[in-house]
Amino acid sequence: MKLRGRTISKGKAEGEALVSKEAISFYGGVDPETGIIVEKGHFLEGKSIAGKILVFPQGKGSTVGSYAIYRLKKGGKAPKAIINKECETIVAVGAIISEIPCVDHVDIEKIKNGTKVRVDAENGVVEF
Amino acid sequence: MDWKSFWGEGMELTKEEREMLEGKQGNAVKKSMEILVALGEIYGAKRLIGIESVQIAGVSYHNLGDAGLEYLAELAKDGKARVLTTLNPAGMDLKDWKKLGISDEFAEKQVKVIEAFEKMGVTVTCTCTPYLIGNLPLYGQHIAWSESSAVCFANSAIGARTNREGGPSSIASALTGKTPEYGLHLEENRQAQVKVKVNAKIDTVPKFGAIGKVVGERIGNKIPLIEGIEKATLEQLKSLSASIATFGGTALFHIKGITPNRTSEPRESIEVSEREITQAIESMSDTEEIDFVGVGCPHASIKEIQEIAALLKGKTVKKEFWVCTARQTKELADKMGYTEKIEKAGAKIAADTCMAVAPIKGKYRGMMTNSAKASYYAAGHNAFKTKIGSIRECVEEATK
Repeated sequence: MKLRGRTISKGKAEGEALVSKEAISFYGGVDPETGIIVEKGHFLEGKSIAGKILVFPQGKGSTVGSYAIYRLKKGGKAPKAIINKECETIVAVGAIISEIPCVDHVDIEKIKNGTKVRVDAENGVVEF
Repeated sequence: MDWKSFWGEGMELTKEEREMLEGKQGNAVKKSMEILVALGEIYGAKRLIGIESVQIAGVSYHNLGDAGLEYLAELAKDGKARVLTTLNPAGMDLKDWKKLGISDEFAEKQVKVIEAFEKMGVTVTCTCTPYLIGNLPLYGQHIAWSESSAVCFANSAIGARTNREGGPSSIASALTGKTPEYGLHLEENRQAQVKVKVNAKIDTVPKFGAIGKVVGERIGNKIPLIEGIEKATLEQLKSLSASIATFGGTALFHIKGITPNRTSEPRESIEVSEREITQAIESMSDTEEIDFVGVGCPHASIKEIQEIAALLKGKTVKKEFWVCTARQTKELADKMGYTEKIEKAGAKIAADTCMAVAPIKGKYRGMMTNSAKASYYAAGHNAFKTKIGSIRECVEEATK
């Protein structure tokens, strides 16, 4: 299937989808050293976002979250790409400064957890 | 499908802006334009506009970490601020950090953060109240500020125009002199959405903090038109700005008869009772065991420091007592002899930093403050119990 969206941060990536039904807070909600989601009761609590195509509706929480994404990238624990339903400031800025491909306005309900996904954020296309 | 999925196509960029985006003015400008254009696209801006000044949040090494520091160092290679740009508080007093119990390692990293900003031509003020020390926008001017309390004060008390920027987007604006035109830059988005009738006497800093908490919690990030407050001081509006932004997320409020912005009358209306104000104050007071007293969130004005010095004269504090302020305000306090009076009593004036961003978690258990915002961060970030009261009550607690 081929889904079209909007480019937020350029680049291309391929990998396994990790899908969250809930928003993610990168400052406080994700361990910056391990990439594991630590927010209590979160849909993905205990799962690692490292090396995944991370699919979630949108970001939430403190604007320091943008630096937290950058910290994950520098430590090799960032997702390979980000797919959002509606990207907001924190994730957009985090993805751009970290050079993580990011696409939004994608019908994320169609993407199943564990699916192999190709993200072409140059053209705003998601394929699986 | 006719998707405008290519970035930069929804906005009209000038030739120079295109070149900046393509990297013809260096890497830091390129990265900055990518951020601004992406935000403009997300929020439906039609163009970029020039700005008068920038306030950058995300200065404490405590929040930035090594990665944040690395990002700043990268930008500092060829990035230069194009408008007046000031900084939020750092994680320590840049001169007297040892007296605050800061470790050598932390201090070394914090200094590197400040050096990176200095290299970018940023005025390294380190205060959340830039409007008190030389970064004072005028009514109607467009600015790109982060630091939620300063954003709220600039929009509401002054009538300047800014969205609530994050750290990186405010830096992007500093290095380009531009911001995308959306949100609170546009008149139609600055109109009150909810009328708030206050049936309580709001006349002290803690009560202005409390009304901010009540309104913020009840209407979230909607814009209120508050009625029923007769007058306000700068210190009281400073406290309200911090509190309403912390508890609700709003970046603009109107107070009838006090704030300068024009607004239409909102249809939706709520009332706030005296009891709600009392309850809000009680909810921020969950301990009587105080071992830390902190004043200056947002940073104390010279008037507040003068009051503290007078109240502390001839007394001795029995608890850790911080008065947090801007370096420039402290220098004035030094000159006026206020610092000497405060330090003679055993209290400390901490410049460049504050109790919300300094690494003090685990060092204290119960904090008393005059600030609703400080109480929020003390309870959340630092896991302290808190008590709220006026400056006079804070001094009484510290000296008893």
